[in-house]
Amino acid sequence: MNSPAAVSTNAILPGRGGLFGQLADVLWRRPGLLLLIMLAPPVLWLGVIYLGSLFALLAQSFFSIDEFSGLINYELTLKTYGELFRPSNMDIILRSVSMAAVVTLAAAIVAFPIAYYAARYARGKWKALFYLGAMLPLWSSYLVKVYAWKLILAKEGILTWLFTKLHLMWLLELVLAIPVIGGNSLSVSYTGTFLVFLYVWLPFMILPTQAALERVPVNLIEASSDLGAAPGQTFRTVLLPLALPGMVAGSIFTFSLTLGDYIIPQIVGSSRLFIGQAVYAQQGTAGNIPLAAAFTVVPIVIMGFYLWGAKRLGAFDAL
Amino acid sequence: MTAAVTFQNVSRHFGTVRAVDDVDLEIVPGEFFAMLGPSGSGKTTCLRLIAGFEQPTAGHIEIFGETAEGVPPYRRNVNTVFQDYALFPHLNVVENVAYGLMVRGVGKAERRKVAEEALELVQLPGYGARRPGQLSGGQRQRVALARALVNKPKVLLLDEPLGALDLKLREQMQEELKALQKRLAITFVFVTHDQGEALSMADRIAVFNEGRIMQTGSPEEIYQRPQSRFVADFVGSSNVLPPAFVERHAGQKRWASLRPESVRIGNGADGVTTGTVVACNFLGASTRIAVEVEGLRLHAVLPASQPAPAEGETVSLSWEPAQLHLMDEAP
Repeated sequence: MNSPAAVSTNAILPGRGGLFGQLADVLWRRPGLLLLIMLAPPVLWLGVIYLGSLFALLAQSFFSIDEFSGLINYELTLKTYGELFRPSNMDIILRSVSMAAVVTLAAAIVAFPIAYYAARYARGKWKALFYLGAMLPLWSSYLVKVYAWKLILAKEGILTWLFTKLHLMWLLELVLAIPVIGGNSLSVSYTGTFLVFLYVWLPFMILPTQAALERVPVNLIEASSDLGAAPGQTFRTVLLPLALPGMVAGSIFTFSLTLGDYIIPQIVGSSRLFIGQAVYAQQGTAGNIPLAAAFTVVPIVIMGFYLWGAKRLGAFDAL
Repeated sequence: MTAAVTFQNVSRHFGTVRAVDDVDLEIVPGEFFAMLGPSGSGKTTCLRLIAGFEQPTAGHIEIFGETAEGVPPYRRNVNTVFQDYALFPHLNVVENVAYGLMVRGVGKAERRKVAEEALELVQLPGYGARRPGQLSGGQRQRVALARALVNKPKVLLLDEPLGALDLKLREQMQEELKALQKRLAITFVFVTHDQGEALSMADRIAVFNEGRIMQTGSPEEIYQRPQSRFVADFVGSSNVLPPAFVERHAGQKRWASLRPESVRIGNGADGVTTGTVVACNFLGASTRIAVEVEGLRLHAVLPASQPAPAEGETVSLSWEPAQLHLMDEAP
């Protein structure tokens, strides 16, 4: 039988030779070594730069500032954390957490049908269009988007114009008349801040939810229906529990991104501060790094509790 | 008596594909009915039409005398054992089994009790707390069966439920399923591509090909008296004899089938015809022999007790004239 020249007649082939050939053999015999080579750079990065900076931050939050000289006092103290509980600072924290919670909830509600459509029905070209549509907002500059929203929401903006044309100004005025979430115009109200947050972070909710729904086999939905569950029951007892890990992953993004953002509430919204803005102000103009650090620890602690609660409620059981 | 399931001129088309094409069918209450056919023959679509996952493009379906078109699956007292079991991964075994009761609003203690009974019925007592992922294929299959039976369905649909099991387990499950069906007296509709399974378990079989039913009958009828070349070939791999051959040996110009086990092999010239042995396959209890006869390849099955001829040997073949079954299919 004729064989190509490259085909050997030996039972054991000779080594490929060369540096890479020998390296391949060594790594094949010692898979642990390969793992070490692959993991060393990211572990170093995470360990030194990421965890290191986090630790530096934590350490800063246990220092305090001398109110007269403005100098940092490098003694360990809980005084700075105590300052967080001042009414003005608690306001900032509560405002940020409420906004993050509402944005997350709204994002989950808006994202689910889109993700469901993409996971269940969209095929080929439509699927590509879905990914493009979901990701497109992430490609343009964040600042441009926020300013665009300001133009849309401003008193002389597109939305006012549209409502006027549709003779629906009374509706807009009704919304703006609601205390707390209303205001002079949408661009200077919490409603405006909420709308922009929702728009900017929505892709981060859609994509994980879609990935989770994609992994739910169709026959589980059929089995549920077959066993007598009406569509609403199937949704509550099968689809939602199985999609929940994805939705929790998405909510981690939307929640923590909203908690930490300091640009959107500055451009669109009432001038009341959010955590991100407080950190920005404290570490900048106020020069109070310890308080800025303490503020930064707040979202970390809240996310910790959030994940713990989600786990207790069984959000990760389907993983 | 009302039939358990009736199909009247039922078709289900997917675009230009006629998955089910003008099928008439009547399933008797309490029988074990098998739908047998190769993949893509429309048998699973028929099952899904009964379950309500598919709606017919044309025709009429009745389940125990009631019109089924337009009725969603959750309003049909019909349950399915899915091919890959479709157990809910986020629920444990007893919650899976009790699911049908849960969505019907049965109380927690009551449905737990019924689910445990169902688990005992499928011989998995004490497995309630486990997750589906911790079970073997055979155990999952039993859980799926318990889950489908817990609602006391009027018709139980089984979509190739034994396909993923190994041979030994499959044979055991076949016996258990058959015994269970006798005990519960529920109508079972069983989809399979394995003719052995259909022959051994079913009271009646419908053989499907290309969206149509080729023949319906008892296992003996289907096996002994196939009406078409397809059925003869698909069920038990009969020798299909062309009209010219049949005319020479039986005097009629018709297609005929001849079971391999009906063919006798001798070494004299006293047979009906002679041929050359081209292959011998030892199967354990028997030997399957391929013989080239008059330009045709015929198969014969010899019991292992009988010495098998060597390859290349010339042998004589004979059969009882009554064993040569003439088929309805036009020559």
